[in-house]
Amino acid sequence: MAILKFVLNGKPQSFDVNPEMPLLWVLRDVLNLTGTKYGCGMALCGACTVHVDGEPTRSCVTRITEVAGKRITTIEGLSADTRHPLQRAWIEEDVPQCGYCQSGQLMSAAALLAKNPRPTDGQIDEAMRGNICRCGTYGRIRKAIHRAALELVGRPANGKGSAR
Amino acid sequence: MSRSLSRRAFLRTASSGAAALVIGFYFPLRGLAQGQPAKAAVSPFNAWVRIAGDGRATILMPKSEMGQGVMTSLPMILAEELEVDWRSVTVEQAPTNPDLYRHGTGGSTSVYRSWLPLRRAGAAAREMLITAASESWSVPRGECQASGGAVIHVSSKRRLPYAQLVEAASKLPPPDLERVPLKKSEAFILVGKDTHRVDSRVKVNGLARYGIDTRVPGMVFAVVARPKSFGGKVLRVESGGAKAVSGVGEVVAIEPLPAYFTQGGVAVVADSSWAALEGRKALQIEWDPGPHAAESTEALRRQFFELAQKPGRVVRNDGDAENILAASRTKVEAEYELPFAAHATMEPMNCTVHIRKDGAEAWVPTQDSADARDTIAKIAGLSPSRVKVNTTFMGGGFGRRSMADYVAEASQLSIAVNRPVQVLWSREDDMQHGFYRPASYHKLAAALDERKNLVAWKHFLSSPSISAFLDPPESAKPERTEIGGAGYIPYATPNYRIEYALARSGVPRTWWRSVEESSSGFVVESFVDELAHAAGEDPLQFRLRLMGQAREIPHPAFLGAGNPLDIDRLKNVLQLAASRAGWGKAIPQGSGRGIAAYYSYRTYVAMVAQAALRNGGLWVERAYVAVDCGQPVNPEGIRMQAESAVIYGLTAAAKGPITIRNGGVEQSNFDDYEMLRIHEAPEIQVQVVASNESPTGVGEPVVPVVAPAVCNAIFAATGRRIRTLPFPSSPVRR
Repeated sequence: MAILKFVLNGKPQSFDVNPEMPLLWVLRDVLNLTGTKYGCGMALCGACTVHVDGEPTRSCVTRITEVAGKRITTIEGLSADTRHPLQRAWIEEDVPQCGYCQSGQLMSAAALLAKNPRPTDGQIDEAMRGNICRCGTYGRIRKAIHRAALELVGRPANGKGSAR
Repeated sequence: MSRSLSRRAFLRTASSGAAALVIGFYFPLRGLAQGQPAKAAVSPFNAWVRIAGDGRATILMPKSEMGQGVMTSLPMILAEELEVDWRSVTVEQAPTNPDLYRHGTGGSTSVYRSWLPLRRAGAAAREMLITAASESWSVPRGECQASGGAVIHVSSKRRLPYAQLVEAASKLPPPDLERVPLKKSEAFILVGKDTHRVDSRVKVNGLARYGIDTRVPGMVFAVVARPKSFGGKVLRVESGGAKAVSGVGEVVAIEPLPAYFTQGGVAVVADSSWAALEGRKALQIEWDPGPHAAESTEALRRQFFELAQKPGRVVRNDGDAENILAASRTKVEAEYELPFAAHATMEPMNCTVHIRKDGAEAWVPTQDSADARDTIAKIAGLSPSRVKVNTTFMGGGFGRRSMADYVAEASQLSIAVNRPVQVLWSREDDMQHGFYRPASYHKLAAALDERKNLVAWKHFLSSPSISAFLDPPESAKPERTEIGGAGYIPYATPNYRIEYALARSGVPRTWWRSVEESSSGFVVESFVDELAHAAGEDPLQFRLRLMGQAREIPHPAFLGAGNPLDIDRLKNVLQLAASRAGWGKAIPQGSGRGIAAYYSYRTYVAMVAQAALRNGGLWVERAYVAVDCGQPVNPEGIRMQAESAVIYGLTAAAKGPITIRNGGVEQSNFDDYEMLRIHEAPEIQVQVVASNESPTGVGEPVVPVVAPAVCNAIFAATGRRIRTLPFPSSPVRR
């Protein structure tokens, strides 16, 4: 066991944990933050995506020691009041069906918009292709990202930003 | 060396209800039966409505929300008749109580079967509120009407909100449900309107609780090592390595339970999911490979080919297809094959059960909470009434969660360790120890006369049947779960023969989104396309011509009960999809359009796919879907389901397959059993037909048209006819 410290959703955390344990299971089973989902355990599906120092990261293959001293943001910390433009766009476009993958989808999308505030369809596909949605909400995810981008930047990307 | 399990405190998941002063309208089946003995007993009426002091209505929803949208569409039906403002409605998962509710969620039946009972429930509540208001005003009942969560006395413009009437109303005798007045469809203000889902908010902020998110005090986590081949058994276990893993407590052998289709195995119980997974890696188990260890995909295919050498069991034989085919000049023959398919729900199987001496509680992501309750009760030796089952959100179901195997395992383990246990399935467990859509083989022959009319159709099909797996031998009807719409094609033919041959397999089988229709839709609608090309006729015109005059095609008795197919409704969706897609209009070189129409789950669907060969890859670019599911309840929800089904069907057509080797599944995770991803997703347009017919389901019936529409498009684009799924060219992209 080892004492680990990191900042989780803006709050410093310090606890005793097996240093081998992946971040996903620390979040889910030790800290009871269950919004981050287990899907594959091999960084294949993206359901477990969180931000580590702002970078989209598959928490299922990230050992807890790798994030020592870093800033972690999970879906619970994406906004205080479900008012992040992506969360509102997700609701407005009726994106979630079963919803299980959507925490990971949103965290991938938020990382994309933080770097590229008005992505094209191609850039969205590139950033989001690591996230599987078995309900097939891909078309609505694209629309919702464009909607949030439009709100953030106030104009669509070159010719392709409007609703499809 | 055994370590004691840590006992951390866990957050309570259940949110407390709304206001304390809540008066309920309660419509028990049994209560109704007192007033109306025979009729009411078969006319279930299964909703609770609560109206709180602040006027907010809570509608309880007894089905399972697995993404298909029942948490929104079913309460809309009740709210419509109740005359409450939708914005004031809160939806709550109903408690598991099969005396009051019909919980089973599958077969695209939720809206179809709930439509009338929910309307009657809402209307009965509304009528009782109106009576209460008229009595309090001492005015004739006919002068009052309900609207927007209040009763209004029309002439005096007096208004009483439901919140002030509910106490008096709930003491009135409920009206005769068979005669309670229902709204005319022209008066609908909610049903038929695009309505946002009620469950989106908690699904975008991480607060939605799926089964896997259950956290209760004192709980432990378990993973199970299951036999490598189906039907295998544990011979010897060396558990020392597992117990040495930090966080691991007990190692428990569990017996297979044939009644619940569990495979048995060795469970590692730990204080975290991860410790359990790590502990399992350290187990050393010697297995008896069991009776199916020689089974393979190749061996099953050989079995299909051998079975096809002789006639199967004749399940339909109109006219004399054999002789007409033998004498025909224009005869088309083709063989089709489909593989086993896995559900691959994003949330792997899991279940949390706490069995005590005096009762039990469980948190189950299930499509049938009543069955989960019975399963736990039976294994624990408790009366079902002492078992509380909480139905959680589900990260997908697709039929997989209609099984209770994972519930049975959790029950066995909670008894063994005498604590709440969450059984967690890894992705590999989920993919390799599931229940699969049966693989199948189809041999078709058809004859056209000189006027290109269909004069004979013969379909031999073989599969390891779902019924043969799930049902006891004495009641199994192997062909009943395997033929579907192939048993009553909409194309007129005087000579029509279907033969079925059961193949042996140890691979577990169950319902998989659209079940046999996913296979039959592909086969029938691909083969009809082949006939159109053989006839030299446009595939749309050919279909319309062969569908012929307005008529109803009865659901054949050998498939069990079902509704007839109305040929005009099928033709209508076919023409709508074609018109939306610009059927017949010019298309770029190297691109092609394919069309398919299919009736299943009482719903009429057609699709046009547009595919193109570009940059060495096959791209499915567009899908145009038309759906006639009767009166649309939530058109936006119908579009969501159709979009979802296009991706699901395309995944099954282009990805996979599940293959068998040494009696087990070869694939294990999303690297070797791939899902369609965003860059491969076509643009999808869905048209929902306006209708006043009774509403029917939409979760499944769009799936069957996808593979044939896409494969017919591939044929149009490339000249290559796809008869085996998944189709071999790897990239399918936008």
